[in-house]
Amino acid sequence: MVLFHSISGALRAEKLLKAEGVPLKMIPVPRHLSSDCGICIRFERADELKVEGILGRSKLEIQGIHQI
Amino acid sequence: MIYLDNAATSWPKPEVVYQAMNNFMRQVGASPGRSGHRLSIEAGRVVYETRESLARLFNIDDPLRIIFTSNATEALNVAINGVLRPGDHAITSSMEHNSVMRPLRALQERGVELTVVSCSKEGFLDPGGIEKAIKPNTRLIVLNHASNVVGTLLPVIEVGAIARRHGVLFCVDAAQSAGAYPLDVSFMKVDLLAFTGHKSLFGPQGTGGLYIRQGVEDVVEPLMHGGTGSRSDSEHQPDFLPDKYESGTPNTVGLAGLGAGVQFVLSQGVDALREKEEKVMYLLIEGLGAIPGVTLYGSGDAREQVAVLSFNIAGIASSEVAMRLEEEYDILCRPGLQCAPIAHKTLGTFPGGTVRVSPGYFTTEDEADIVLRAVCNIASMGKGIGL
Repeated sequence: MVLFHSISGALRAEKLLKAEGVPLKMIPVPRHLSSDCGICIRFERADELKVEGILGRSKLEIQGIHQI
Repeated sequence: MIYLDNAATSWPKPEVVYQAMNNFMRQVGASPGRSGHRLSIEAGRVVYETRESLARLFNIDDPLRIIFTSNATEALNVAINGVLRPGDHAITSSMEHNSVMRPLRALQERGVELTVVSCSKEGFLDPGGIEKAIKPNTRLIVLNHASNVVGTLLPVIEVGAIARRHGVLFCVDAAQSAGAYPLDVSFMKVDLLAFTGHKSLFGPQGTGGLYIRQGVEDVVEPLMHGGTGSRSDSEHQPDFLPDKYESGTPNTVGLAGLGAGVQFVLSQGVDALREKEEKVMYLLIEGLGAIPGVTLYGSGDAREQVAVLSFNIAGIASSEVAMRLEEEYDILCRPGLQCAPIAHKTLGTFPGGTVRVSPGYFTTEDEADIVLRAVCNIASMGKGIGL
């Protein structure tokens, strides 16, 4: 899953990823990961490189990608 | 009834605006960005969609560079108070609204230097006058894009180029132009763009915002601090956009309406909207100008302004003209100084003010004819009761 600094950032990422056809779900951040904001995006591990590429190109700052 | 006060608040709104607000209140309703549940996420999406539509309208790459405020006044206060410190110098024009003049005058009392560059009697500004006023300590140039008194457009593209060349921040007050006239922040070299939602963007009152160019946020202090839903473990304000400037629960229902309004503008196209208003403005300018005893102010050319028109009838106070327009003809307009005393001093209409008529998207050419006949009747009846 990918964590963001702000909800607005997470929502922007949601739109960008959906536009590229990445299956995803917005979920509350698991407590142990203690994100800056309350929601994060869960996606399939197989899409990790694609997600990194899309978010990298958008210059959207992320807090990190974590495995769950 | 003929509503000619669209420069204050556009009304009525496109049907989609009412629907979006009703739908938000009934179906979504929750706080955006505060919880992980689906209604909160949906509320967040509504706010984000509005940001994205505005970014498209103003040609802004990253929608998160737009922060929401309750109106253009608040946005201008964030920009002006956020940037200027004692010892700094600021430049503005003599056609400004009090939403620019009052924050600047207040800062002047606290040690900020201010130069007010004079405009012509028609409300035009010579960009060279701005360049001449620049000093080593000049930090900020603030200009309105279109006058709220006479609709005259100021040369923001030229001043934007001058500001960038001298390394001075450039803030544009687009209260009267956003949605009514093409706006492109990168082409205009604008660092800070303040807009309101309730005029030509067709949103409800209580919505507005500020675009902050990448990197400029480092020198713009927020007006307010508080909860943002992010960095909840920290007692300090986040430093990233939009959260740095968006504390507290926002006017989400208002932003839902604003989003629908901006979508309406995008679907119609700014040029088409402007063309429609220009036709009515052309009729009003030609017609009012031909009535004996009527003085028109401003450019006198519908192509050089937005849909705001000021006039006076010789011998009758602007307040009395407005009262008679409403009581005898059911025409609603705005007399007086329209919160812009310095603009009226420039136009030579201080302190009496003017009668301001501002048509909107829903104003028809037939209504313009009715207005012209009404003004003609009032003018031909001569002197009023001297109110």
